[in-house]
Amino acid sequence: MSLWEYANPVKFLGLSARVQPFLWAAATICVVVGLIWGFFATPDDYRQGSTVKIIYLHVPAALMAINAWFMMLVASLIWLIRRHHVSALAAKAAAPVGITMTLIALVTGAIWGQPMWGTWWAWDPRLTSFLILFLFYLGYIALWEAVEDPDTAADLTSVLCLVGSVFAVLSRYAVKFWNQGLHQGTSVPMATGGRTVSDVFFYPLAISMVGFGLLFLALVLYRTGTEIRLRRARALLARRKREM
Amino acid sequence: MPDLGKYAAEVLGAYGLSLFLIAGLIVLSLRKGRRARAELARIEANKDA
Repeated sequence: MSLWEYANPVKFLGLSARVQPFLWAAATICVVVGLIWGFFATPDDYRQGSTVKIIYLHVPAALMAINAWFMMLVASLIWLIRRHHVSALAAKAAAPVGITMTLIALVTGAIWGQPMWGTWWAWDPRLTSFLILFLFYLGYIALWEAVEDPDTAADLTSVLCLVGSVFAVLSRYAVKFWNQGLHQGTSVPMATGGRTVSDVFFYPLAISMVGFGLLFLALVLYRTGTEIRLRRARALLARRKREM
Repeated sequence: MPDLGKYAAEVLGAYGLSLFLIAGLIVLSLRKGRRARAELARIEANKDA
C-alpha cells in the first residue's frame, strides 16, 4: 500500500470518514481538558499574574499558525511536482484554519502585551513576521477566490505559498535570528527538550497544544472533503454544459 | 470561577475572542460542508435522471 493511493479522491474521502470521528473526539477532549485545567486549576504567575492563563490559547494557536503554513507548503509542493488535486485542495482547505490560528495568536498576544509590555503592539521581529504571515494567508485565500480556473489557481497559490514560507520560518526563528525585540524565545524548545515553563503550567499547555493540533487535522480533513465535493460538482456542471 | 484579579478583563477577553473565532470557524466549515454535500447530491441526482 502506498501513501499516494490517497491522492485518489474516493480513497481519501473513505479514509477521512473513518478517521474523523476519532480525531474530532480526541481534539475536543484535549482542547477542553487543556483549557479548563489551565483556566481553572493553575495558579497565577508571580510576575504575570492571571494573564499567564492566556498562554494556553496563545502558544497552541501560534504553533498551529506556523505549522498550518508548512502543511500547505508540503501540499503545494506535491501539487507542483505530482499534480495531485487532493493535495492542492488540502492546502486550500488549511488556509482558513491557519489564518484563524494566526489571528488568535496576534489578538491574544496583543491582549497579553498591553498589561505586561505596556503596549498592544511593537515592531518586534517575531510580531512583525507574524503579521506578514497573516497578510500572506489573506493573499493566499484571496488568490484562490480570484482565479476562476482551479488548476491555475492551484499553481499560483502554490508559488505564493513557497514565497510565504520564508515568513513562516521567520515567525518561528525571528527571536534567534535577531536576538532583539520584546518577544521572548520559545518556552518549550522541541529540539532540545528543555523548557523554561514550570510543570504546573506545562502540562495543561502540552494538552492544549496537542488539542489544537488534532483540531487542525480534523478541520483540514473535513474541509478538504468539502473542497473535493465542490470540485466534483463544478466538473459535472461543466460537463453538462458542454454536452448541451 | 478563579479570581483573575486586576487582569480579569484581559484574560476573559482573550478567552472569549479565541473561543468565538474557533467556534465560528467550526460552524462555517460544517455549514459549507453540508451545502457541498447537498449540491453534489442534487447534481448527481439530475445526472442520473
